Amino acid sequence: MGGPGLAAGAMRAAAPERDARGMTAVIEVRGLRKEYGDTVAVEDVSFTVAEGEIFGILGPNGAGKTTTVECVEGMRKPDGGEISVLGLDPVRDHAELTQLLGVQLQESQLPARLRVAEALDLYSSFYREPADWRPLLEVLGLTEKSNTAYKKLSGGQKQRLSIALALVGNPRIAVLDELTTGLDPQARRDTWELIEGVRDRGVTIVLVSHFMEEAERLCDRVALIDKGRVVVTDTPAALAERVEVTARIQFRPSAPVSDTLLTALPEVTSVIHRGDGVVVTGTGNVLNAVISVLARNQIVAEQLRVDQTNLEDAFLELTGSHAKEEQ
Amino acid sequence: MSVATETPSTQGRQRTALARLTITELRLALREPMLVFWTIAFPLVLLVIFGLIPAFKQTHAGYQGLSVLEVYVPILILLMLGLSSFYMMPTTLATYRQQGILRRLRTTPAGPARVLAAQLLITLASEIIMVAAILLLGRLAFAIPFPPAPGIWVIVALLALAVTLSLGLFVAAVAPSPGVAYAGGAILFYPLMFFAGLYVPIQSLPAALQHISHATPLGAADEAFQSAALGHWPSALALVTMAAYAVGFAVAAARLFRWE
Repeated sequence: MGGPGLAAGAMRAAAPERDARGMTAVIEVRGLRKEYGDTVAVEDVSFTVAEGEIFGILGPNGAGKTTTVECVEGMRKPDGGEISVLGLDPVRDHAELTQLLGVQLQESQLPARLRVAEALDLYSSFYREPADWRPLLEVLGLTEKSNTAYKKLSGGQKQRLSIALALVGNPRIAVLDELTTGLDPQARRDTWELIEGVRDRGVTIVLVSHFMEEAERLCDRVALIDKGRVVVTDTPAALAERVEVTARIQFRPSAPVSDTLLTALPEVTSVIHRGDGVVVTGTGNVLNAVISVLARNQIVAEQLRVDQTNLEDAFLELTGSHAKEEQ
Repeated sequence: MSVATETPSTQGRQRTALARLTITELRLALREPMLVFWTIAFPLVLLVIFGLIPAFKQTHAGYQGLSVLEVYVPILILLMLGLSSFYMMPTTLATYRQQGILRRLRTTPAGPARVLAAQLLITLASEIIMVAAILLLGRLAFAIPFPPAPGIWVIVALLALAVTLSLGLFVAAVAPSPGVAYAGGAILFYPLMFFAGLYVPIQSLPAALQHISHATPLGAADEAFQSAALGHWPSALALVTMAAYAVGFAVAAARLFRWE
């Protein structure tokens, strides 16, 4: 555990310098702190977002992700630290910021009887240089819903309309909170494609998510937040390596299997017997190693089940090492 | 980068945003069948029903030469104002707050204050049109004369509009949900309408209840309307009572209003 912990620490220190090199920072957050009464929602968050990148803010529920982006949006006043968005102070310069920053909020609805086209037409009238919303509808697959009332839309359609409203002002930065939550897999993939298209037009995107897959697919860099602190800022590829640290393999061997056979493998960290089943946890490509060694011994792994570590597990891992590092 | 400079084009766009929001809010209101019924159809239907009661057309000694129907015209106006300002507007605003619609607007250059302004504008405009409609229907269908002193009557009507809107805004400000807003509207509506004489004209109530009535916002409004209908100035106390409620609740609403 000490290894990844040190790496995380080193990465955290190195990240801002690397971003600053040759790239324009459009968002700079330094030592952000936000409390609600006695509860500290954000303890100490710092990160820099470079122009044109897709920056992910990941973390478990209640980690402080939404509060962090709400401070960036100027929706909440920080209790400490500094935020600069396109050179503006989000609270003081809120009026100007709204022209440049498109926001998709979690759990924000529209009037029940407002129709899709009316909503986009209305919202586009708020901005200096709005986007043409018709192609936006086309890309989001909502064209045939133009005259449908908001309350008659499906969850996915509402979500896509919400994304369209965040983009209708032609923003330089779009902050999207839980972008694809509640979407079916196809709609999710379509939305990812849309976001990549938006980025290709030069829009910087801040993505709040708890989907590792989403981060891997979309983000150039990711900040992992836990308990109001940035645990690590890194590329998804580097992060995924940490996430693969543990995998859990459950199976019922067709013949008795000796523990030493499995524990001899460098990838395996533990072997537990449960009835006539075996649970193996390990690192790296542990699945391949276990199946190979079983095959060489003419043992078949029946009722095989593999639990990939999800982000939540990765968090336990990373926050655990974080805590150790502080000792 | 220069910040929030109020160039003419910025002001123009902000006016456009308000105009667009107002048109949108009006469209949305007209799509609500319940809203259309209670604030437009119901007061007019009630006027027609009262107008068709023969006894209501006779002048009444207790009403200083006015017919029961004439006494009921301002009461129906107050009923319409109550339904519109106590129920419709606060429920809509509480829904917008609960559903994060005001919050979403905060992330745009339009801001949530403009949708509040748009709601106030359509409420005020529809109320003024409905006041005119009630007077016109009374005149055309039942030969109820227009107020003999229009200046006085308009001042009273504007104060009545202000006091009902201000009470409605107070409900909108403090109600955490549309359900509470609706209940708050009802808590205001029934007692205030009683003291405005909806169920029994004030003039027919015992003296003690009449005194209480005059101290309530709509009771004072009814008293003022009845004087104006006879062509003379209402008591200063009635006008001051209405103005005091209007200002008091508007200030409280402004202090307590929450966007989220």
